[in-house]
Amino acid sequence: MYNSRNKEIAVGIFVSLGLAALLMLSLQVSNISNFSQGDGYTLAARFDNIGGLKVKAPVRIGGVRIGRVIEIQYDQNNYEAIVKMNIHREQSRIPDDTIANIYTAGMLGEQYIGLEPGGSETFLQDDDEFSETSSAIVLERLIGEAIYSNKPEGK
Amino acid sequence: MNILDRFQRLGQNSENLLAQVGARGLFLLRILAGIPALLGHMKLFVQQLYAVGAQTLTIIAVSGMAVGMVLGLQMYNILVDISAENTLGHVVALSLVRELGPVLTGLLFAGRAGSALTAEIGLMKATDQLAGMEMMAVDPVKRIIVPRFVAGLFSMPMLAAIFSAIGILGSYFVGVDLLGVDEGAFWSRMQAQVDPYGDVLNGVIKSLVFGLLVTWIAVYEGYHATATTEGVSQATTRTVVHSAFAILGMDFILTGLMFGD
Repeated sequence: MYNSRNKEIAVGIFVSLGLAALLMLSLQVSNISNFSQGDGYTLAARFDNIGGLKVKAPVRIGGVRIGRVIEIQYDQNNYEAIVKMNIHREQSRIPDDTIANIYTAGMLGEQYIGLEPGGSETFLQDDDEFSETSSAIVLERLIGEAIYSNKPEGK
Repeated sequence: MNILDRFQRLGQNSENLLAQVGARGLFLLRILAGIPALLGHMKLFVQQLYAVGAQTLTIIAVSGMAVGMVLGLQMYNILVDISAENTLGHVVALSLVRELGPVLTGLLFAGRAGSALTAEIGLMKATDQLAGMEMMAVDPVKRIIVPRFVAGLFSMPMLAAIFSAIGILGSYFVGVDLLGVDEGAFWSRMQAQVDPYGDVLNGVIKSLVFGLLVTWIAVYEGYHATATTEGVSQATTRTVVHSAFAILGMDFILTGLMFGD
């Protein structure tokens, strides 16, 4: 009886570990839902072009991560992308003239939002929008412009 | 040797091959037909789940951890040269979930659980236990084979998922804790690139297929082993070798079907 009980406990541990692993693969490894939003406040920014920015990309000031992107929408009236980001609650001193940029980490790396604080004394609150943004640099467009500007004279 | 002899040998070989395939197919059908009867004997199933699944857990966990850590280390060394070390989580997760998890778990499962199944059933045959059961009007396929087969089928996806999950944790430990990859980028790149259905679900399907192949081969070899010490040892060897070939061949076909386009 005792032996059989031990075996059943081992089987129970095995099955629950298996289910936990499956759960981790579907929740933590892939993006079946995005739980763990964390507490903090939400800011929005409008961009003409977000390049390859993705949900959960980091938001940084001076290279330090202070939050992450939680939602990307398309505004079909203004033909703009609206990026919503969740900022840690402690980081409450973001001036309202801060510029939101989309940068790329490394040449081919991940895209993130870099904030450049301005000098204003009023700070952004929950659900505020950045007044000034600059879009992602699209590499193909840069190359295209370089080719056109270097076009030989005449033809 | 004249030409007709050669044709005869070819014909003989084809006939043998077809007979082998047919015998295995019929045996599988017999097992499948016996599965409903298992519902009345859950105790047998849990016992086999212990022998086949829970006891294989240690080797799977250790191997998964080792593979994940090594993969993390090697990938980091390559990726850091092109300053793409943030994609470490993505690379490791995809290779584990799609390929390494199911295939390595299948191979380990064949070595740890498949061989034990064949040896156990083969010895039962060699010591006339199976014949004794038939005497008592107990169907050895239903009583011995079916619980082991279903337990194997049930265990493999679990073991493969544990392998992949522990492997990803191992690469997280090496990449983020030791080598300094950004934690947020590690998970966010992974979550952005790993598809819950295209990758995770297909990995589970793969491991289910491998579990079917390994346990099918193992119980067939055990049940049809020559009833001698040598016969059992040969059957055990065949189980491991044939399972490995079956897994590797099937993996190529499944990968082509699942991730081909």
